[in-house]
Amino acid sequence: MFQNIGEMVVLFWRTVLALPLAWRQRQKVFDQLFEIGNASLLMVCILSFFIGGVLALQTGPFMAERGLAGYIGGIVGYSLCRELAPIMMAILIAGRIGSAMAAEIGSMRAYQEIDALRTMNINPIHYLVLPRLLAIAIALPMLVVFAILVGWLGGALVASANDRIAVSFSAFFANVRDVVALKDVAHGVFKSFCFALIVGVVSCHQGLATIGGPRGIGRSVTKAVVNSIVLIVLFDYILTRLLQKG
Amino acid sequence: MSNPGTNQQGVAVRVRGLRKSFNGQEVLKGLDFDVNPGEIFVIMGPSGSGKSVLLKHIIGLEDPDAGEILINGESVQSPEVMNKYRMALVFQSGALLNSLTVGENVGLYLSEHRLKPPEEIARIVSEKLEVVGLKGAEDKLPGELSGGMKKRVAIARALVIEPQLILYDEPTSELDPLSAVVIAEEILHLKERIHVTSLVVSHDRDLAFGVADRIAVINDGQILTIGTPGEVKSKADALIQRFLHADFKREPTN
Repeated sequence: MFQNIGEMVVLFWRTVLALPLAWRQRQKVFDQLFEIGNASLLMVCILSFFIGGVLALQTGPFMAERGLAGYIGGIVGYSLCRELAPIMMAILIAGRIGSAMAAEIGSMRAYQEIDALRTMNINPIHYLVLPRLLAIAIALPMLVVFAILVGWLGGALVASANDRIAVSFSAFFANVRDVVALKDVAHGVFKSFCFALIVGVVSCHQGLATIGGPRGIGRSVTKAVVNSIVLIVLFDYILTRLLQKG
Repeated sequence: MSNPGTNQQGVAVRVRGLRKSFNGQEVLKGLDFDVNPGEIFVIMGPSGSGKSVLLKHIIGLEDPDAGEILINGESVQSPEVMNKYRMALVFQSGALLNSLTVGENVGLYLSEHRLKPPEEIARIVSEKLEVVGLKGAEDKLPGELSGGMKKRVAIARALVIEPQLILYDEPTSELDPLSAVVIAEEILHLKERIHVTSLVVSHDRDLAFGVADRIAVINDGQILTIGTPGEVKSKADALIQRFLHADFKREPTN
């Protein structure tokens, strides 16, 4: 385990050192961004809409019974942007994009494509890891902002449509405006940026560490997703603590 | 690696005391041999005798446990040497990047290192594909090619580097006899044209005796003999003779 952590830190550091080459790899970054957007946008919409809706549905009647229904917008808005959208989208991206990254790089490793790159003096970190890490670090925060907005919409629709809550659309968003500050959204975006780095580094590392054929690739994909999720949850706690102090 | 076209001379390869183990099993047991500049040196031996591992050491993909490999007297373990000399490995599987087209694969070295403008790269790619008999295949994906075609694309990719040392890992395996002849001719042609040093790993006897200046027979990580094709053929060693003359004969049923 400690060897893996060490290797991931080294991989991340080498990728950071390769950042001056990012402009040269811009086409690959755009290709990856398109892949990420294309593969996840619809799921982000569905997931965040229903998370917002369920959150309103779970808390709304309870609050309405106590005469606090007017605060439902704040509860949904605040929890979505500080916690639920970043962590849920990061888990979604770990499963959808991280697994694909680990599988693609893993199969390149298994079928000697990475060796072929090295014989041509092409650094696999510059060619494969840098564009993927940059793309995911750009895409996930953008997806999280999108997810927050869609989640609020889902919450507002449920709050207005459900008779037991009965909070109008405008009242819901008025409360969101009262409770949620720009700083809260920024916290969520910052967390998602950190989660993106975790998913990118873990998935690329697992891909590069693939040994064997199809079974090895399968193992790498599973490890990439599981390790990403464990680290996301762990770092979520650490980041939440740090951001609360800030 | 240096810019293609700046030096057309093959390099000398010297291997001394090369040893390598994987999981406690010794695969290379102290190999010693020299390859002269511009020579075609064929390493023959049965499967699992350590031939491919040896190639990976020479091109710097593996680090030896002991011993050294020198290119023109300089150790390949130094990154400067790997940058100084142009070397290419034609993998047994071809090892083409499946997400790229044939043209992009062949031109990858030039485009990634920004050595030529795109129009010039396209011209060179077309020229190299023509050399291996795949003119017009630029837009195909590796998945659309047969095993033999993939290998020819891999050779074209190696040629783009204008290598001083080219390593072939089983270049004729999976190829039909006609394609195998094309590859053998290309190996000879490259020697004449750019005086490249060629190190060919193969168990194809026709290829080995057809193209080699010298042959080394390797078995169980050790070199059994080194010599010209004529010298190797005349060796009395039973293992060498069995390997050179192994043939399948069907017993008559009636």
